[in-house]
Amino acid sequence: MKVLIPTPLLSYTRTREVEAEGGTLSELLADLDRRYPGLRFRIVNEQDGMRPHMRFFVNGEQVFDLERALRPTDAVQLVQALSGG
Amino acid sequence: MGITRKLAARLTKPKAAPERAPRRGARGRVLVLVATRKGAWLYHGDARRRTWRVDGPHFLGHIISHLMLDPRDGRTLLAAAKTGHLGPTVFRSTDFGRTWKEAARPPAFAKAPEGEKGRVVDHTFWLTPGHASEPNAWYAGTSPQGLFRSEDGGVNWEPVSGLNDDPQYRTWMGGEQDGTPDGPKLHSVIVDPRDASHLYMAMSSGGVHESLDAGRTWAPIVRGLEVVEGFDAENVGFHDPHCVRLCPSNPDRLYQQNHCGIYRLDRPSNEWTRIGRNMPRRVGDIGFPMVVHPRDADTAWVLPMDGTTVWPRTCPDGKPSVYVTRNGGKRWQRQDSGFPESQSWWTVKRQAMCADVLDPVGLYFGTTSGELWGSRDEGERWACLARNLPEIYAVEATALA
Repeated sequence: MKVLIPTPLLSYTRTREVEAEGGTLSELLADLDRRYPGLRFRIVNEQDGMRPHMRFFVNGEQVFDLERALRPTDAVQLVQALSGG
Repeated sequence: MGITRKLAARLTKPKAAPERAPRRGARGRVLVLVATRKGAWLYHGDARRRTWRVDGPHFLGHIISHLMLDPRDGRTLLAAAKTGHLGPTVFRSTDFGRTWKEAARPPAFAKAPEGEKGRVVDHTFWLTPGHASEPNAWYAGTSPQGLFRSEDGGVNWEPVSGLNDDPQYRTWMGGEQDGTPDGPKLHSVIVDPRDASHLYMAMSSGGVHESLDAGRTWAPIVRGLEVVEGFDAENVGFHDPHCVRLCPSNPDRLYQQNHCGIYRLDRPSNEWTRIGRNMPRRVGDIGFPMVVHPRDADTAWVLPMDGTTVWPRTCPDGKPSVYVTRNGGKRWQRQDSGFPESQSWWTVKRQAMCADVLDPVGLYFGTTSGELWGSRDEGERWACLARNLPEIYAVEATALA
């Protein structure tokens, strides 16, 4: 499925839109990390929590559960909510 | 001054020749590594340390808490990095920053059992190269407080469980509100140059600690240290060391800048002496960094900060100064030649002041207002090396072969 990548993670993917696979958001992130090593830990911590200011959207709907099921036709967006100076 | 140093050298008598003590009169070109809240810069000095070639920014926009060159191979750089929003990681370069590669497994706490709240590394704060006999070993201190070790040059990091998971130490580490404004920090990780298994580390807050078995077990060394009025000094968790340094020329001597004064410890004693009592009263003995001479264990420097009233932690009276002792803290001398004479409200963080190993020793520090200062003559005269940098978090100097 298509995954939209925020600019702070372009150092990993080099492109805004990438392909990755997974039956759940967690599996998708694992696949992204295989393709782009190190990416997952920048957005999900060691306790499997989404890092502050990182937001995950599936078909435009915000998702908070990494075990959320995904279909191959879903569009996933990773968004960084910038704050501070 | 020379006579005093010779006498002191005879009196201190280190037990064994330290492995990493730089030779007297060491020469070479100095590389100054500057880590800031918005990236890192490398300053390459000429042979006389008069002109500096700037290389940077590296990691523009990234928070770099510490940047260290491995003295064992003279070319491996590690950078402790995160951004305001992305998680913490470590980058590694073996070509002086031309290319960087991210750690495969950055410092991270173990996953907590289901139903329990686990700890999360907010940022890696401190990097220490391991012992000379362990060429790929590194230590990292984090916020919240944790100690991590890499055995492959900083590629993969594992928690030092003997500390991180010890119930007593979990108590002393406290919670997220028990440390500095951006989180409690484990810092000042020190490897005894005579013994790879002999480690020190400090926690702000949480005291100074020692391990004799490579980190498997730890014991506090806080006797003689004072705590903030109203708190109980018997509680190790209330102790707030800001920076601890071991003297390369006498590894049995440590100096410490604490939240509550400047101290010296001569092992095997476990009792610190508050040598900051000998500072001028109007200046006080509050500050963050502590710097030791590479060849003279009686010489050390501090950069005093205002610790009165609401603790501004800026230069007292807006007049920057460094203070040096040449006799182990019995007397202190002011060094301010070259600094602005007034209206300079600098803050210098605990990692942001250091010495090189040349003769005479060069000193360097960076301010939170983005100025880098240096002295080529052990603090006698100072010059501004760079202005208008972001908030400086750490400054390290190393002599290149």
